[in-house]
Amino acid sequence: MELKYIPKTSLKPWLEKVREGGKQIYAPVAENGKTSFKRVKSVDEISMEHVQTAQSAKGIAFPRTEKLFSYAKQQGDVALQDYDPGSLPNTLVFGLHPCDAAAFKPLSGIFNWDTGDKPFNERMQRVVMVSLSCSKCDPFCFCTSVGGSPGSAEGSDILLTAVGSDGYLVEVATDKGKALTEPHAALFEAPPDVNREELLARVPAKFSVDEVERKIAGAFESDVWKKQSARCIGCGACAFVCPACACFDIQENARGAAAGDRIRCWDSCGFSLFTLHTSGHNPRETQSWRWRQRLLHKFCYMPRRLAARGCTGCGRCSRACPVDMNLAEHLSELEKLKT
Amino acid sequence: MNELRSKVKALLGSSEIDLFVGYEQGTRLPRPLLAASAEDADKLIFDERCTGNLAVYLTRKDLMGGKKAGIAASYYALRSICRLIDENQLQDGATKIFALTPQGALTSLETIADVKQLLQETPAPAKQVEDAWVQEVEEMPAAERWKFWTGELAKCFKCYACRAACPMCYCTRCIVEVNRPQWLQPWAATLSNMEWQINRVMHMAGRCADCGACGAACPLGLPVHIIAHKMVQMVRQHFGEPADKGATLSTFDPSDKENFIR
Repeated sequence: MELKYIPKTSLKPWLEKVREGGKQIYAPVAENGKTSFKRVKSVDEISMEHVQTAQSAKGIAFPRTEKLFSYAKQQGDVALQDYDPGSLPNTLVFGLHPCDAAAFKPLSGIFNWDTGDKPFNERMQRVVMVSLSCSKCDPFCFCTSVGGSPGSAEGSDILLTAVGSDGYLVEVATDKGKALTEPHAALFEAPPDVNREELLARVPAKFSVDEVERKIAGAFESDVWKKQSARCIGCGACAFVCPACACFDIQENARGAAAGDRIRCWDSCGFSLFTLHTSGHNPRETQSWRWRQRLLHKFCYMPRRLAARGCTGCGRCSRACPVDMNLAEHLSELEKLKT
Repeated sequence: MNELRSKVKALLGSSEIDLFVGYEQGTRLPRPLLAASAEDADKLIFDERCTGNLAVYLTRKDLMGGKKAGIAASYYALRSICRLIDENQLQDGATKIFALTPQGALTSLETIADVKQLLQETPAPAKQVEDAWVQEVEEMPAAERWKFWTGELAKCFKCYACRAACPMCYCTRCIVEVNRPQWLQPWAATLSNMEWQINRVMHMAGRCADCGACGAACPLGLPVHIIAHKMVQMVRQHFGEPADKGATLSTFDPSDKENFIR
């Protein structure tokens, strides 16, 4: 890993040069008290003060709505227009925190489990991630309990860590990252002698995720799911703000009988319709079964099948939940489950 | 607080109820607690911070099926309970209702008549923020207003937290999920998001308790509750207080000011 330093005064000129080089910038923008990722028109719009954005950065590779292909009936035949990656922009994702960057591993695991997913992979190829270490956290953050850290470079091409208010340590983790810094070498300086750990937020560990996995693996029939999920109202807020949730639905945007688009859009395993069969049978009939699936999938099935956990501890689900389904609290309870 | 706990324990102990829908202390604010045992009941709290509309749980079949329930009802939950009884979703007298009087004392309500009596005696919580917001949006020129709503609703990702949090959204099959024919495009996009919110609120005309749970539930902080608030204002303006007149949009009244109804 290559280590550099960039003064705060050089950060925006650097991003401006990257933008002029043909990359769009997708970064957090503060608006009406909420911070969201957006394609910014000017680097001045970027916010770096938030603890957490309302939504994660996953939409850059897995947008909430995506056209997979189009079709048109023509004189007894059907003309298909396949997914066109040619129009996808090259994008610099800037200012995401380590919990968001790390989530592209489980996402990629899902989208490449069997057949590689073309839209996801094409988008990922055009993305370079410049993340920002966390210098502050809130009581919902729990990255350190799920193998992450406020200064982890996993998933990032470059990781910035604020040194006081004057500049940033720059860790260049990949070749993609190198290609962003090398052409602009004059903007960077030698790294100062600082203890990096002291620059990071202290995120206390709340539970052992290995113990959670061990406990829930044998708890399929436990009453705990029913008890924990009793207040869940079955919306999709947790799934939609989650950086690692990848459930989707396939829909048809028909333009009459002759033409249309096949659409992929976000879905949630917490919705009662998610597993409803055409026959009327629903294998996950109650909210408790759906809650059990959500946790087993993230903390048991995914680590075993994809070598990646479906949670990076960003805490968004818990901040967003209308009924305070605090995930870290629930996992701490599961860790202590008697088997 | 202790009074509620002991009353709920007694009701659970004597099997008069199987489940009590109340509040417990949450991460930051009080949150719903579905208490089924004395141990659960010891966690109950009920004070002026408990404003969430718990009536949403009373129509949940997977929780309530065949069970006798009690509830700690905030002002707006009481209004929702009246409507749910009017719409035959709850049986009058079947739910043990606890509420707070304007003086903050715990009271138990047996029937819809008791609930309506307490609602009459209790001043409605002020809606200054919502009133100001509606006024601000109304005063915008049409083009600016369009920009405001398209800007806000473009962000909606259709998690349906607004629907899930609403006690009046108890349909087992929502119009957005009907696909033959498909009335609304189910994916997130600015226009279909607007269609969803307009449909949601239209279905609330004369039914909405104006509790604001839809807006409070939105993980993106979109002001979807002010659409419902405006609807409540309009219904009141055109049809009077809906409380004692049945459902505004499905009640036939020969003295209606519109001619087409006759």
